[in-house]
Amino acid sequence: MIWNPNKECMSRDEMSALQGKRLRKIVSYVYHNVPFYRNKMQEMDLRPDDINTIEDIRKLPFTTKQDLRDNYPFGLQAAPSSEIVRIHASSGTTGKPTIVGYTRKDIGVWSEVFARCLASYGVTRDDLFSVAYGYGLFTGGLGAHYGVETLGATVIPTSTGNTEKHIRLLTDLGITGIACTPSYALYLAETMDKMGVQRQNIKLKVGAFGAEPWTENMRAEIEERLGLKAYNIYGLSEITGPGVSYECECQNGSHINEDHYYPEIIDPETLEPLEPGKEGELVFTTLTKEGMPLLRYRTKDLTSLTYGQCSCGRTNVRMGRIMGRSDDMLIIRGINVFPSQIESVILSLEEFAPQYMIIVDRQGSLDTIKVQVELRPEYFVDDYPAMERKKKLLSDKLRSVLSISAQVELLPPGSIERSQGKGKHVIDNRKLQ
Amino acid sequence: MTIQQLSVFVENKSGAMLNVLQLLKSEGIQLLAVNIADTVEYGIFRIICSEPSKAFKLLKDANISVTLTDVFAIELDDKVGELANTLEIFHKEGISITYLYSFLINKKGVMVFRTADSERTREVIMLNNMKFIAEKDLYTLI
Repeated sequence: MIWNPNKECMSRDEMSALQGKRLRKIVSYVYHNVPFYRNKMQEMDLRPDDINTIEDIRKLPFTTKQDLRDNYPFGLQAAPSSEIVRIHASSGTTGKPTIVGYTRKDIGVWSEVFARCLASYGVTRDDLFSVAYGYGLFTGGLGAHYGVETLGATVIPTSTGNTEKHIRLLTDLGITGIACTPSYALYLAETMDKMGVQRQNIKLKVGAFGAEPWTENMRAEIEERLGLKAYNIYGLSEITGPGVSYECECQNGSHINEDHYYPEIIDPETLEPLEPGKEGELVFTTLTKEGMPLLRYRTKDLTSLTYGQCSCGRTNVRMGRIMGRSDDMLIIRGINVFPSQIESVILSLEEFAPQYMIIVDRQGSLDTIKVQVELRPEYFVDDYPAMERKKKLLSDKLRSVLSISAQVELLPPGSIERSQGKGKHVIDNRKLQ
Repeated sequence: MTIQQLSVFVENKSGAMLNVLQLLKSEGIQLLAVNIADTVEYGIFRIICSEPSKAFKLLKDANISVTLTDVFAIELDDKVGELANTLEIFHKEGISITYLYSFLINKKGVMVFRTADSERTREVIMLNNMKFIAEKDLYTLI
């Protein structure tokens, strides 16, 4: 089903006209409410009047994660605090989280675009839908929750954690839909096996999976083991959260809610926009956001855009699978992790040398992260418990910064391979392409 | 009463101990006892050898993490129950052993150990007339 045909099936001319109108408005809004953007535009000798059509977007400055960090916590917020009804936060590159404030209207738009996703997956008012993304600062839980309520299905806010209880609810309530990370879906299947719950004991028919990269192989495995149809959902908290784009029944790319989030593909080196179909870095401009509107936000996700009508009837542009990142961000169990965060924790503890190696793996359905560090010679002691306490010191601090647990390995000086030039600090053994 | 032990921080990797031993060999340092437990990514390789100060410098110069640790060494007769009898004394005195290993030299057993309380351990050794080994005595036994 198409939730909002007026917006999902517009002709390209109508869409461009709408986007142009909204862009004019948002540029004027940020110019007058966000000193950061006003200064940037003035430096470029650009005035709001210079932006008239959607093509003029190329004149505007980019926004990066670093800008969000530099303006922490509220520097990019455009609406007054009295209008902000909610704040979410995601991990930043060096410990400072990214703070995103939403007005009541922002929550409404987000709920609407999420409802579009669910309708596209075939979810209806008759469905019982379990939201198994984490509820909290992470946008997944509450974002999906409001989307399900907007659609009118019954939301079961299971969140993450108690998997056995979740499985009992799946069987007892006859839950028909689920939203979670793809790796959690596989973990759910494994736990079902352990509990002796058969596939035919559950009634799941549809799943919305996102917040981490996944493969067609994982899709096939999830569909086989849970007996449902698995759809991709994409989003990022800086822009709104999950719901920025979604697959339709054709599963030939993810339709972007481009009436709210205008996408561009740029060359990450030259920053020049690329032609449709070319792979590059995905950039979003929020066209309607009030709380923290962003102009040309560089997602660092590498993908391509496909224009033209889809067999499902929708005309909104489709983005391809994320082919990688133009930075070194890792997604571990749905959580964004930057190697620089880990490095800054290591460097803050004088026991450890600056050499380190991050090893990411996937055991069964769960991502694991291991950090190898070298203990400085003067901190070596002939005492195993004391050595283990040094490991714990680091792993505790990593957990508080990263929000996920990392295994620490303590090594003698010289054990970690020194690389020539720019240090290679990450080994990702997951096969995600 | 104590002797010097080399404690070497080694990665749990094939060749890690060999590297240490080859360095000691190259300088003609003789081993009396070695000890290592099975652990995960690293281990502490404990060595009693001739010329521990020289060995320490040698390893340190090779950028190996090493410390010199004073450990107690008690001579025991090579007969049934000697170690049990000795440990019983420490147990009754409430002294717990952090680690322990032993070796034989000239038909005498040597018990090497550390405790959580060195001062009390010294007292107990003296009061019970245990035959402790001092650093200088050790090498005359070789």
